[in-house]
Amino acid sequence: MSETGAKIVVIDRAGERHVLETVEGWRVMEILRDQNTGIEGICGGSCDCATCHVIVDPAWADRLPAPRDEELDKLDELPLIEKTSRLSCQIIWSDALDGLTVTIPEAA
Amino acid sequence: MSADRSQPQRYDVAIVGAGPTGLFAVFELGLLGLNAVLIDTLDKPGGQCSELYPEKPIYDIPSWPVITGQGLTDKLLEQIAPFKADFLLGRRVNGMTRQEDGRFLIGTDAGDTVDAGAIFIAAGAGCFTPRRPKLEGLEAFENRSVFYAVRSRAAFAGRDLVIAGGGDSALDWTLDLVSTARSVTLVHRSDRFRAAPASVSAMRALEAEGRVRFVEGDLAALHGAAGDLSRIDIRTKGGTVELPADRLLAFYGLNIELGPIAEWGLDLADGKLVRVDTEKFQTSTPGIFAIGDINHYPGKLKLILSGFHEAALASHAAFKVVRPNEKLRFQYTTSSSELQQRLNVAPIAEAAE
Repeated sequence: MSETGAKIVVIDRAGERHVLETVEGWRVMEILRDQNTGIEGICGGSCDCATCHVIVDPAWADRLPAPRDEELDKLDELPLIEKTSRLSCQIIWSDALDGLTVTIPEAA
Repeated sequence: MSADRSQPQRYDVAIVGAGPTGLFAVFELGLLGLNAVLIDTLDKPGGQCSELYPEKPIYDIPSWPVITGQGLTDKLLEQIAPFKADFLLGRRVNGMTRQEDGRFLIGTDAGDTVDAGAIFIAAGAGCFTPRRPKLEGLEAFENRSVFYAVRSRAAFAGRDLVIAGGGDSALDWTLDLVSTARSVTLVHRSDRFRAAPASVSAMRALEAEGRVRFVEGDLAALHGAAGDLSRIDIRTKGGTVELPADRLLAFYGLNIELGPIAEWGLDLADGKLVRVDTEKFQTSTPGIFAIGDINHYPGKLKLILSGFHEAALASHAAFKVVRPNEKLRFQYTTSSSELQQRLNVAPIAEAAE
């Protein structure tokens, strides 16, 4: 998909590692949903459903733009989150994120 | 508006899901002279529009340059008002059986039975259900010591209650049940709450008085026997805190799942969407239709406007199922006095053509 070849690394719910194509400007949720990783994104990216929850590799956490309050509030609803939990609909892909690694946790 | 539950209520069509697509189906059915009942797990109509994003603007509803999720729900309710549909809210459909005469019986978890000539599944992404904490042995405690909603305050009277969560539900029930329960402990993973500031202040005041205990941490384990809770372990920064408790109320928001419809024997796509044809939007079971986000067909777009279109076609197809011996007269609301009477917009005296 990406002309520059930047990749995202995804560890799915079965624990399998996938190196996936990306599209500049897409939400990470959309990239994951489009490639059938098990991410649903029911609300379509409006930060309302938390079905796109991912855990960002700690090495990458600080390299992403910080979450807004709206995202923190929605994450806060989930029974179990990690320090680097994010909603993937709130991360916009740019090729500078080449190599970003996220884990898809078990659905809440 | 709710129906008498003692015996099956008869309707032309039972609509599972009261989101925008289900609501508009009432309109399309109503124009054809068919009545309907709407069944929804939420306690209000509107589906995702009202539950997930009531205040968010939607820009792709034809003729509405911008309308909020709740605004759209309100307008649809106004539009379908002439057809006086029944609403069974706060109920989840479970069983579905076909009777000898071809009509359907649908049951709900509240004990209602609906008798319908056809079924429209307009369930969106599925039904909203409480998110459950991942705790070993949780099932044994559920509906006995562990609850996700308060149906009766009496269930908590004199109990050692733990409330988990940091939103309005958790805070509101902490404030409400403090005078009913023997003790109330609020558990949340941080001291940052997303509830109304006034509720947080009121909780803090009760905490200062020693009437509410707040523990910063996550639920780690439940202890007890035969579904009766005796202790809850909380994982905190300072280690495990053991709380004597015989009731837990967990407020972790809502999840969406297909639910019992998955067991209806319909042909599914990916295990969570209902396959339909694009002529009638009928499922693999004749008489059961699926419209809106819940269905799947080649080229499907998950848009509200697609649901409206599907509702119109399914309604016409359902007419032939429910009224097999009648001819469907295709008419426009602009010119048909019959439709205008059904819509309650033309006095009968003036309606003569």
